[in-house]
Amino acid sequence: MKIRGGIIGLGKMGISHAAIVNPHPSVEVVAVCDTSSIVLDVFRKFSKLKLYTDYVKMIKNESLDFVVIATPTRLHYPMVKLSLERNINVFCEKPFCLNTSEGRELVEMAGERGLVNQVSYHNQFVGTFRELKRLLKAGVIGDIVHFTGEAYGSVITSDKGGTWRSDPDEGGGCLLDYASHVINLIQEIIGRPVNAGGSILKKIYSTEVDDAVYSMLKLENNLSGALLVNWCDETFRKMTTLMTVYGKKGKIICDATEIKIYLSEANSAENLEKGWTMKYITELAMPVDFYLRGEEYSAQIDHFLKCVIDRKQTEINSFEQALFTDTVIELIKEDSKK
Amino acid sequence: MDRVLFGDNQFFAVNHLSDEKAREQAIRFKDDPSIIRVLDHAREAGINTFMCTTHERISNICDHIRSHPEVYRGFKIYPCMPYAHKFANAVTESGYIGTVRKYVPGNLFGSFAKGGIAYLRKDFISLMELLIDSEMKMFKGIQTPVIFIQNVLVDLILGLGMLEVFREYDLYIRKKYNAEPGYITMNMPALFDALTSVGIKDPIICSSINKIGFRMPGGRTIYEKYLNEKRMRPIAMHVLAAGALRPEEAIEYLSHFPKIESVLFGASSKTHIVETKELIESLMPEKKNFSKS
Repeated sequence: MKIRGGIIGLGKMGISHAAIVNPHPSVEVVAVCDTSSIVLDVFRKFSKLKLYTDYVKMIKNESLDFVVIATPTRLHYPMVKLSLERNINVFCEKPFCLNTSEGRELVEMAGERGLVNQVSYHNQFVGTFRELKRLLKAGVIGDIVHFTGEAYGSVITSDKGGTWRSDPDEGGGCLLDYASHVINLIQEIIGRPVNAGGSILKKIYSTEVDDAVYSMLKLENNLSGALLVNWCDETFRKMTTLMTVYGKKGKIICDATEIKIYLSEANSAENLEKGWTMKYITELAMPVDFYLRGEEYSAQIDHFLKCVIDRKQTEINSFEQALFTDTVIELIKEDSKK
Repeated sequence: MDRVLFGDNQFFAVNHLSDEKAREQAIRFKDDPSIIRVLDHAREAGINTFMCTTHERISNICDHIRSHPEVYRGFKIYPCMPYAHKFANAVTESGYIGTVRKYVPGNLFGSFAKGGIAYLRKDFISLMELLIDSEMKMFKGIQTPVIFIQNVLVDLILGLGMLEVFREYDLYIRKKYNAEPGYITMNMPALFDALTSVGIKDPIICSSINKIGFRMPGGRTIYEKYLNEKRMRPIAMHVLAAGALRPEEAIEYLSHFPKIESVLFGASSKTHIVETKELIESLMPEKKNFSKS
């Protein structure tokens, strides 16, 4: 029997998730929900899905095994909460919540009810970043000395504009939107940040939100590193996320397409030569059955759905991990006010 | 369709193997003459079809082609629309309505004699047609015998199951542009089934086809089955799996599928262009040209 799902929010991410969930052989998408009449009109005309403008009605009327929530961050808390109350497994967009007390409540609730909970930090499903994590765990570059986590893109390139992404109360801004991805990678691959120093939230074109984030992070394992994120850089055609990790025996530079490993000594266990070794996404990508914008977007949905079907908790991108990312976001915000 | 189609990824910082190489390419092709130079290398090597996105810079290339009719006699462009990042960024910056305002040609209310945005909301097919016309404007006066929808949009429509859109697209491209509609996809078997289900026969489908199954969701076996058994006109892309395969073994693999009509590849150096073209022609000799295009 197929599991039944609903999608709340049909913006860019919600539509993308819907297009990936819908063809999944184990799933029946029962209904979708959005408040934009133009989007609903398109679905009404071309799709067979049931439409709602009110998520409360959708959740109460339909018998759902899971929901995908892809609305502005401000709305995550009430939507996730109601879903959990109705014992529905939840896949939620990132960042998780606008404040950590709300996030904490949801983490506890999902835990108590034993519901599958996952947040859409898709980089955890990118083959190269997974390989980076594995190599660091295997200790190929020895003791880690320092790291940089960077992301650049050309989301805002002029002082025009005005969607929820430019509204701080809705969850807009570079820190929440772009930097959250990098923070999440740092915490899951290198270690959890516990302190932020020298943080700067810079406005470039936006008037209400930050367009760039610079911060020095200290991790629980005493490592330190720099977070450098800017979404106004026109030289990047699309979002580019870059991790560089310096160790006593080498260095690794990793983005979503390639991983470059430099070792001062060869590592026979990993079949890595002295000097540079390159590995590419062509050999590292996770296999998927439907491709939309990158294997990682399908792989994270596949993983979530598999957890729902197998009734087991996710170890990747759980609410708890996403809540931790929110905690670091708060640390950086606080530090930037000093 | 010609056996060899020249692609444009290298010109616009698209590199599936390396973001860093992609940025280097952006620097190398910073001005239009550098693109035209490589395009001319391809033409001199006997490649007469350029398959390209509707990137803003392509309109300058089209101006060049139009102003040198003798040089580019018989040269064809296969446009691929839309240039997704242009629209995705616009949606992020201005929302859905803002994006429509930005890209629908001319005055919005002028475009919709029947009454502006209220009308547009109810008539998405007209909106689609207007957006196609807006993307096609830059190619005026240039032969465009096949017009493609880009994979992000094709696969989005496919995933959402909005298959009627394909049929409307098919009809409009044939009627308005007297051209053949083409589909770029990362999900060839599923797309073929979807197109068949709305009555589109013998479609031109451009998809990844390579020996290591790169960007072939579901795996190589089902792709091979469809290439052997289904009625379609396949174009192979990502044939070198973004550089993971040597050209000889890559093209040798394609030669096992006689239905493949064309191979799409991009390259920046003259030597590379000539070598790849010769390799395709020697390993995949054209038996008979069935196509109208």
